Amino acid sequence: MAAITLKDINKRYGDGFHAVKDVNLDIADGEFVILVGPSGCGKSTLLRMIVGLEDITSGELRIGDQRVNEKAPRDRNLSMVFQNYALYPHLTVYENIAFPLRLAKTPDKEVDERVRRASDLLELNEHLDRKPANLSGGQRQRVAMGRAIVREAQAFLFDEPLSNLDAKLRGQMRTEISRLQKRLGITTVYVTHDQVEAMTLGDRVVVLRRGVVQQVATPRELYENPVNLFVAGFIGSPPMNFISATVSGDSLHTPFGEWKLPASRAGDLSGHDVVLLGARPEAFEDVSVVSDAVRDHGVVFDATIDVIEWLGNEQYAYVPYDAPEDIRAQLAELERELDSEALRTQLVVALDASSRIPEGAPASLWLDLRRVHVFDPESGTNLTVEAMKDHGDQAAAATPNGGRPSAAASPGETQRETPRETPGETAPRATSEAGEGGDDTVP
Amino acid sequence: MMDEGQLSRGTKVWWWVAGIVILVYALFPVAWIVSLSFKTPSDLGTGQFLPTDWVGDNYDNILRGDAQDLFLSSLRNSVGISLIATFISVVLAMFAAYAIARLDFPGKRLILTTALAVAIFPVISIVTPLFNLWRNIGLYDTWPGLIIPYLSLTLPISIWTMSAFFRQIPWELEQAAQVDGATTWQAFRKVIVPLATPGVFTTAIISFFIAWNDFIYGISLTSTEAARPVPAALAFFTGASQFEEPTGAIAAAAVVVTIPVVILVLLFQRRIVSGLTQGAVKG
Ligand SMILES: Nc1ncnc2c1ncn2[C@@H]1O[C@H](COP(=O)(O)OP(=O)(O)O)[C@@H](O)[C@H]1O
Ligand SMILES: [Mg+2]
Repeated sequence: MAAITLKDINKRYGDGFHAVKDVNLDIADGEFVILVGPSGCGKSTLLRMIVGLEDITSGELRIGDQRVNEKAPRDRNLSMVFQNYALYPHLTVYENIAFPLRLAKTPDKEVDERVRRASDLLELNEHLDRKPANLSGGQRQRVAMGRAIVREAQAFLFDEPLSNLDAKLRGQMRTEISRLQKRLGITTVYVTHDQVEAMTLGDRVVVLRRGVVQQVATPRELYENPVNLFVAGFIGSPPMNFISATVSGDSLHTPFGEWKLPASRAGDLSGHDVVLLGARPEAFEDVSVVSDAVRDHGVVFDATIDVIEWLGNEQYAYVPYDAPEDIRAQLAELERELDSEALRTQLVVALDASSRIPEGAPASLWLDLRRVHVFDPESGTNLTVEAMKDHGDQAAAATPNGGRPSAAASPGETQRETPRETPGETAPRATSEAGEGGDDTVP
Repeated sequence: MMDEGQLSRGTKVWWWVAGIVILVYALFPVAWIVSLSFKTPSDLGTGQFLPTDWVGDNYDNILRGDAQDLFLSSLRNSVGISLIATFISVVLAMFAAYAIARLDFPGKRLILTTALAVAIFPVISIVTPLFNLWRNIGLYDTWPGLIIPYLSLTLPISIWTMSAFFRQIPWELEQAAQVDGATTWQAFRKVIVPLATPGVFTTAIISFFIAWNDFIYGISLTSTEAARPVPAALAFFTGASQFEEPTGAIAAAAVVVTIPVVILVLLFQRRIVSGLTQGAVKG
């Protein structure tokens, strides 16, 4: 077991493609870190650089207290589960799991003990004599995991291990991986493009976009305080709603009326003509079910609900609206990049299951303004989080690393346009802001 | 064949007819040679397909009689030379093909096209220079004197076939092995080679046939029983008298030399199972 440190890591492929840009990351011993981002953003490249299958163009990679840039994969003592499992088809399940031990010339008795222990853990006992070709997808996946856990590696690396499984099995294996990691307590780096896996598995999540780290934070932090449009749109399902608004003085002109944000959310909007407001579906509510105590924290507006999906525990209402052409183009672009559910210019609103708002009729909706984010449409920066950070810097200064491993994201493309006083501190500290955001959240 | 179930009855019949026609066309000469090998010398010219009397004289002649020395020594030469040439060619081709399938290096295409160019080069045009060269450096009428030119025939095709097989083996298996602690050589030996076995056997069979069937080098670069292979030796068979054709003996020898080839194919056929890499990847 060991900590993994990435310092200014860059990867340029032979054809000149700059796949990973200035990545800085500290992974603590025993920590479960997720690398997430849309396909092609450089997650696998980063993982393969850690394991040694890809040369590091520049930067330094340390495992434990050793620089390992120049070491061959076999000298790094990491184990990896490949996306397509990469089982040895000519060997039985037993020999597949035993393979790393055989290479290390482990005595037969110990090999047997360890393979049995791994197969117990993964419930592979009755398959030990079979060949991978005869196993189901989930069983192959477990064999691949068995091969990874059988030796005492410094860390586990997973490259989209569940992407070849069907939805049900994926859910099961996700829990299994989580349990296994907690039990073994080994540093784990897990690559996925699935934000649900990212949110449920990791201690911390690294969001990558085109090779640049956008944000490193706990799942909760990512969800509540995304640093930019990209992270906001990527994390969460249904995705965050984006509404364009024109700034006039301290009020915002939106397609749904004039809104006035609380000072804690808006920050200083002078210098911006147009902003994008971001609100998660659950920030909305049917006004008739909102209690009087909280009603004053939000705005009430009228909208025509297009479609309602009733799910039992809650319901989603779809509200189409008009947006300026350039904003619509930008949202379409973001949607394409995120490769996600449609971020059309419609609101997706989560309503209480008891709400009886009818489809196709005008209705009164309530939006909790304490949960609205303000984004700069040009750079994509979350101005609300910016404002909170400036505000919270004193708190952060007291405990520089917030008790967590320092995790500074590099200033990425989207952030470069908005110079900041503390460029090194781009990644918001979970601890410093959880306290800050705490009184902003609805009970 | 896979969608046989969908083939209509008419299409099926046509497949059968076509199959039988091809089979008859291919097997008729073989059947004729077998029949010839059992005929008496007087029976040879009758133009009848089946022998009037089935006799084993011809086999007796080549295995125990006058032609014995000529035939058995050439059989030994053929087997030895072909096996050695096959072995060398398979081993060399394995490394070459691995490099071609896996590594990106300048001149990769050049190697492949050169191999192809060598393969289509007419043998007959290099045989005379080779004859002179071999006589000067002492390789004439020796085993190496045949093995070396045979390699020029077998290597190109071996490299081509084998690199096709190597390309099918997922790269990731090797990377997985390296992460598991293998050196490049260990990954090659413990993962790639076992998976490439079908390819190795296929290549070996093809190489062996090429070496085994060669006539031009065999007849031009040998002069005695020291190295003369079977196809060349057949030309030196003589009849019982000067006026008798050795056709029967040649036919018998041809049948005898076909047998090892048939056995070889039947043996290796079971090793050439495709789909051995199945189950390596994906769910
Ligand atoms: N060997 C390579 N040569 C050139 N470009 C590559 C190579 N491998 C990957 N890339 C590019 O690098 C980018 C990141 O790839 P990858 O890390 O595999 O993405 P993902 O996040 O989907 O795992 C992609 O745009 C891909 O096209
Ligand atoms: Mg990938």
